[in-house]
Amino acid sequence: MAEMERVDHDVLVIGAGGAGLRAAIAAAQEGVRVGLVTKSLLGKAHTVMAEGGIAAAMAHVDERDGWRVHFADTMRGGQYVNNWRMAELHAKEAPDRVRELEAWGALFDRTSDGRILQRNFGGHKFPRLAHVGDRTGLEMIRTLQDHGIHAGIDVHMEHTIVTLLTDGERVSGALAYDRERGRFKCFRARSIVLATGGIGRAFRITSNSWEYTGDGHALAYRAGAALQDMEFVQFHPTGMVWPPSVRGILVTEGVRGEGGVLRNSKGERFMFADIPENYRSQTADNEDEGWRYTQGDKTARRPPELLTRDHVARCILKEVREGRGSPHGGVFLDIAWIKARMPNSAEHIRKKLPSMYHQFKQLADIDITTTPMEVGPTTHYIMGGIRVDGDSQMATVPGLFAAGECAAGLHGANRLGGNSLSDLLVFGKRAGEYAARFARSNGAAKIADADIDSAVAAALEPFQRSGGESPYQIQHELQDSMQELVGIVRREEEMQRALTRIAELRPRAQDVHVSGNREYNPGWHTALDLNNLLTVSEAITRSAIERKESRGGHFRDDFPAKDAAFAGFNLVCRRGTDGAMKVERIAIPPLPDHLKAVIAEET
Amino acid sequence: MTQATFRVWRGERGSGSFSEYRTEITEGMVVLDAIHQIQAEQAGDLAVRWNCKAGKCGSCSAEVNGMPRLMCMTRMNQLDLSEPITVEPMRAFPHVRDLVTDVSWNFEVKKQIRKFTPRTPEAADGSWRMQQVDVDRVQEFRKCIECFLCQDVCHVLRDHNRHGEFIGPRFFVYAAALEMHPLDTANRLPALKNAHGLGYCNITKCCTRVCPEGITITDNAIIPLKERVVDEFYDPIVRLVRLFRGGKTTSPGTT
Repeated sequence: MAEMERVDHDVLVIGAGGAGLRAAIAAAQEGVRVGLVTKSLLGKAHTVMAEGGIAAAMAHVDERDGWRVHFADTMRGGQYVNNWRMAELHAKEAPDRVRELEAWGALFDRTSDGRILQRNFGGHKFPRLAHVGDRTGLEMIRTLQDHGIHAGIDVHMEHTIVTLLTDGERVSGALAYDRERGRFKCFRARSIVLATGGIGRAFRITSNSWEYTGDGHALAYRAGAALQDMEFVQFHPTGMVWPPSVRGILVTEGVRGEGGVLRNSKGERFMFADIPENYRSQTADNEDEGWRYTQGDKTARRPPELLTRDHVARCILKEVREGRGSPHGGVFLDIAWIKARMPNSAEHIRKKLPSMYHQFKQLADIDITTTPMEVGPTTHYIMGGIRVDGDSQMATVPGLFAAGECAAGLHGANRLGGNSLSDLLVFGKRAGEYAARFARSNGAAKIADADIDSAVAAALEPFQRSGGESPYQIQHELQDSMQELVGIVRREEEMQRALTRIAELRPRAQDVHVSGNREYNPGWHTALDLNNLLTVSEAITRSAIERKESRGGHFRDDFPAKDAAFAGFNLVCRRGTDGAMKVERIAIPPLPDHLKAVIAEET
Repeated sequence: MTQATFRVWRGERGSGSFSEYRTEITEGMVVLDAIHQIQAEQAGDLAVRWNCKAGKCGSCSAEVNGMPRLMCMTRMNQLDLSEPITVEPMRAFPHVRDLVTDVSWNFEVKKQIRKFTPRTPEAADGSWRMQQVDVDRVQEFRKCIECFLCQDVCHVLRDHNRHGEFIGPRFFVYAAALEMHPLDTANRLPALKNAHGLGYCNITKCCTRVCPEGITITDNAIIPLKERVVDEFYDPIVRLVRLFRGGKTTSPGTT
């Protein structure tokens, strides 16, 4: 067998964003040996990009809030295909997870009576997001990082996992390479937590960083786990559209929460024209009421700009397609207009939205306190992921756990803003604890040398070939196909074409050639990531074809209505015995009566 | 079409040289876009560390025309394209490959600083009450994205290599955020004075100038820490009182 470093942990956590860090801290508190692997440097994960806040029904700003309302909001936002147990646990436990961050040093913005301030966000009935200006993700990851470095966790920075290793059914470890030197490293572990985030890099326009290549999804799938709800991809309504090099970078929903409005080229507040029936009673029907809502008037209803993300994204796309878009193919997001409503508006905007002010000033030469922004939809988040048990977060493979964006269930067909950061905390902690317990109650599993040898050989193949294509070329073609054919508005015939494209790209990806050596070689890294991107792209496309209705983030032009026949099941992708991907329907267990009652009362 | 010439540092572990690349510049491009374009079209193995490309993660630090900067926030239209643009790795850290440096020293330093130690919660629900005015000051420090450009530019590290006895501007900001945190009870002043080398800083403010987050590092973090150290160790009246009372010369809870 190839010579390499071998490292033993009880629990191996893969990914060091919010979920991975929280899982590692939880596992370490259980007293087991924990390893934490991250593709980047510690504290750089995509969590850092989260802007708006952490949703938790602490009721600091509106005493009518509570876990029941948060649960009902999450289920309605997810169009009722959520894992209701996760939605329940999430709503109940999020407040404690936020308070815990404060105890670890986080400094949230304050209410006038000195408690954690909460802000409005789309789909949340009451002001619910604990936040720090518009850099909440940075505050969260730094707090977890600074707490975690004193928790006895072994951190392996800039390591990429190539494959999970299994012993019969259960996981036994993982093979990695360190990005700096290109050396392989074998991790042995009794349980593994995947916390690898999302898949945004499968699309051309995305708010996601390079790391979001669906690693956890693909690693789990290849190890025999099921992927669920992969058709539900969230296109955030407001990404930057100009200049081209920043296309897709996120513009926080917080802009709308603070009173920002969407207008088309005619200056119309077009969101008032299309308010879905199930949100009508909660939505303002005039501009004045919408403004009062954003300023804390409890008698006012929310402006239509704060409807769910899937709906707002489609409304923007419609304006653009019907010729009422902004000069660069988006619409206008205007926060500068509030100068008509308050003195010192420029200072107020800079205080409430400092990162946005900075981002537009530096990247687009636009002062958002005086000028409207141009925005359009950007691939932001995948609701689907590894199918897990709601309480323990264990996947369908024993010893394998998943938390955060790479796990499925909490968000159903559409995630509410702010529910992601709370998801990371609540289920990161649970995954870490249950993984530690699994490690304690199960002995070490075996790793077969032959498995390591074949994985190493496969990983090194791109260096041995000559004449193959560049991995960047294939990545670009895949991103274009997914963007054009499996984007915000989907059609059967286009998605079949996408499947054909993916099938053509696979052998080409197997044949790419990279130059240089193994030390910090981005070409090589891209070549290996391609397999993961292709796997998740196929899962998204196959699931999207199978769901012949429109629901949440999944919109079918050929089936534009929601269909009750599709409400009772989740779609699940597994690798068949022949190696081909199979999609099956798994019934959603019926809601227990006490949760049914909550939904009836709070919706 | 505008073209620009880049002189990019290529090489491994200290040895290397500039390689020239010409590439096309389109509207709104930043230096990192140009580096990625060169990577995709001409140099597939060009090593560069980056993540968010939105100025939020602090990964793509480098020296552009000799100035420490985030490549993702340096727009091409701020640079003079008639001259070649040099892009080099940060020089205050060990070189790995091309534009990538080994910044792991920073992660080790952070562990040596005493962690956040809150006072007992006073509210019935087990939490604390803090006013916005009391957290404003610390929130400025917590904007830090750990790009380490301030460490790169600091002459104590860059020119005098005092890495073993000086933690650098980033960690004075980190320590200041803890010392000025409304809830924190630990005392880091003896460590700052001794092990962390606060005295080496002669407030040239280079760090403040390169901070992409605009943190007023020297005025708001380092100078107040220096003042606290002076008050703690050199205030003649305090010393006199301690002499007569026979009290301790440092506060409890020091490392």
